[in-house]
Amino acid sequence: MISYLIRRLFQSVIVLLIVTMITFALLRLIPGNVAIAILGPAAYRNPQIIAQFDAQYGFNKPWIVQYGMWLWHLVNGNLGFSWTLDQSVASLLGQRLPKTIILVGESTVIALVIAIPVGLWQAVRRNKATDYVFTGLSFLFYAAPAFFVGNVLIIEFAVNNHWFGPEASQGGWLSDFTDLHDQVLPIITLAVLTIASFSRYMRSSVLDNLTEDYVRTAKAKGASSQRVLWRHVVRNSLIPIATLVGLSLPAILSGALITESVFNYPGMGLLFFQSAQKQDYPTLLGFIIVVALATIIGSLLADIAYAVLDPRVRYVKS
Amino acid sequence: MSSDTSPLVPGPAGIVTDAAPADSVALGTLPVGRSRSLFQRGFEVFVENKLALLGVTLLILIFGFCFLGPFFYHTDQVHTNLAIENLPPKTGHPLGTDDNGYDILGRLMNGGQISLEVGLAAAILATFLGVVWGAISGYFGGVVDAVMMRLVDAMLSIPTLFLALVVVSMFPATETELIIVIALTSWLTTARLIRGEALSLRVRDYVQAMKVMGGGSMRAVFRHIAPNAIGTIIVNATFQVADAILLVVALSYLGLGIRPPQTDWGGMLNAGLQGIYLGYWWQIYPAGLMIVLVVIAINFIGDALRDAFEVRLQRR
Repeated sequence: MISYLIRRLFQSVIVLLIVTMITFALLRLIPGNVAIAILGPAAYRNPQIIAQFDAQYGFNKPWIVQYGMWLWHLVNGNLGFSWTLDQSVASLLGQRLPKTIILVGESTVIALVIAIPVGLWQAVRRNKATDYVFTGLSFLFYAAPAFFVGNVLIIEFAVNNHWFGPEASQGGWLSDFTDLHDQVLPIITLAVLTIASFSRYMRSSVLDNLTEDYVRTAKAKGASSQRVLWRHVVRNSLIPIATLVGLSLPAILSGALITESVFNYPGMGLLFFQSAQKQDYPTLLGFIIVVALATIIGSLLADIAYAVLDPRVRYVKS
Repeated sequence: MSSDTSPLVPGPAGIVTDAAPADSVALGTLPVGRSRSLFQRGFEVFVENKLALLGVTLLILIFGFCFLGPFFYHTDQVHTNLAIENLPPKTGHPLGTDDNGYDILGRLMNGGQISLEVGLAAAILATFLGVVWGAISGYFGGVVDAVMMRLVDAMLSIPTLFLALVVVSMFPATETELIIVIALTSWLTTARLIRGEALSLRVRDYVQAMKVMGGGSMRAVFRHIAPNAIGTIIVNATFQVADAILLVVALSYLGLGIRPPQTDWGGMLNAGLQGIYLGYWWQIYPAGLMIVLVVIAINFIGDALRDAFEVRLQRR
């Protein structure tokens, strides 16, 4: 177990290192050069300013040295400086990240609370009418992009009926919990996609477990079908769901980016989108590193959770 | 994993192997003959699946609508006409007009062409990249595999939409460029799947036999590994099309995809945002429903193909 964890951790560090290389390569891909991207096209006319800029920020050094410097800054928590917002990327992240974590957290919890019972219900009543209805719905929601769902919700529930606000709560993080009027639509929008995939997953996980030998053994020992379902099948079916949440993080974060832009929710995704429009590369690349770090930690936790919950994995790996 | 026990199955394959040593052409026919029977078997299972037929019918209708529709339904999608902007659905404009006076039904056809073209082309390119990368990585194994797969892990850890947004913010997006960007950011899952297939295929007797006969690694990868993973490849490619369409409409919705006056379904949704608070529902629903229909149809087909090829994918 311990050696497995160490190996997995080592792998994650390597992967993160490669992410920094990709990000650095993207930085070098910017058309023209960094000086012009930051100083503006007018700098073309003034080569001294470009030379001065390059010297000041080390862009005249060999790229391997530049990468080393850039990596050193990263390790020290310096993610770069946003030239359009005149603020360090780290401080921008400090303002925006909590909002995104709350949105993602709220919607994921709600998705799980809905998807797990639905998937279980479908598996138990397999090939009955309810199963088909929910399967149809999950196909529908899985195919519906967040920007369509979000805008439909705005039209129906904020414009045609004034039940909820069309724009997310703009206040501090506390308002994300209290301002239900404005928070309901963004949370539903983000939850819809995950409900669809989580419930499909839960359904097949329960179906897989229902055919396992231990179920037959439990029944043979005289356990009631209720007991078999709740004590054995449900507990074992939840194991893959634990990993699924960790592995779905990239998809959920992409969904959050879209949802935040639909509802003008002041989180990290909205800022990322606005930075892409303004070609604010330091912010984009700084955020990429943080998002990649989050998904790497997510999949690491997923693997650890799997190893802790399912002893079979531990024995195979070690 | 595809259940190919065929090297052990008597029949044409066995006969060919006997005759093979001097005749490399005959050897080359071995996987082809096998995959045809796989297709025949798969086709029967596929046709029995009603949802798959529904999906195919829907896709044919949508393709016909987008690519043949403009021949029968003529609209001006180039010149703006503010005199007829934001008209609700009525005769003359069955789905109304948008904020530039473009007819929405006609725009749905034109926009659909781009969404579908970009989605298809990007998925094919991504599948090709993923197959080559994954097959090489899995076939060689060891250090090569470790290095190639860590790169895949690293790119997978950056959500596709984030990566694609950075790249399209750097270069002005044309149709060709969107195809390349989407392909370059979505070949990763294919590579992982094919690598898994290659790992199990490379130790098979027929690959070993070919190596003993002096076949090179390139031959092993392209003539034996990739063709035998065809089931996995096709199923994955189908889902890739749906994902690529969703990605291109997302980029266009965010205003960083196809640039005006060209548009796609995502761009139409973006344009429709102007009128959303005024209740111009006809500028949002048609394009959105088309996206949902296409993706559902493709997912139906993909699920049926997966059943047909008996491939276990980790996608869902």
